[in-house]
Amino acid sequence: MAKVQITTAACGPVEAEEQEILEFPHGIPGFESLQRFILIKPDEEIPFSYLQAVDEPELAFVVTNPFTFFKDYEFDLPEADQSELEVEREDQLVVLVIVTVGDNLAGATANLFAPVVINGELKRGKQVVLHDTAYTTKHHLIPAAAGEGRG
Amino acid sequence: MLVLARKKGEAIVIGDHIEIIVLDTEGDTVRLGISAPKNVQIHRQEIYKAIKQANQEASKSTIHVRNLANLLKPDEA
Repeated sequence: MAKVQITTAACGPVEAEEQEILEFPHGIPGFESLQRFILIKPDEEIPFSYLQAVDEPELAFVVTNPFTFFKDYEFDLPEADQSELEVEREDQLVVLVIVTVGDNLAGATANLFAPVVINGELKRGKQVVLHDTAYTTKHHLIPAAAGEGRG
Repeated sequence: MLVLARKKGEAIVIGDHIEIIVLDTEGDTVRLGISAPKNVQIHRQEIYKAIKQANQEASKSTIHVRNLANLLKPDEA
């Protein structure tokens, strides 16, 4: 099994199996040139991982399973995205959302408007843009910090 | 920029595979139908920009995920 060494700013050097590398054919909006990512879970006990760019140590997104924090979260994966990800069954899919943490840790938000959907069998992913949805790019992870906003 | 005038029901084609048809107009709103190969990404511009910006902000989240997790479980922090 081929191993690759990946340098990461978040976790230092990481060794990964080549077959764990996820291909994002369109990159991620804002970072279109980076098309290879890897999921790094620093600790099984905690509900966050890094979506780390293989070719850019400085670029990693904090991601989480949206259903952990937003039990009612749901969306229809647009047909074009289904075909791009060659989805045959729902259980092939891994859904993650990108978390933004600003200066205030408690104000961390998740982007439910544009989830990252990965075909885990094919190792192909994309950030899906939902149409006609009430979700936004910023939902507070900690409802108490949301104030009067949505939780 | 190429500027073309089109009436309702008229279309333009871009290359061999992309067709944009004017479906309807109402006030200053134009409804467009777009046929394109599935590998062509089509987005409302302002939405795509918003997502880019959200991603750029998110990429500056330098916090270690462990700290974030501790915050969510204050008893164990």
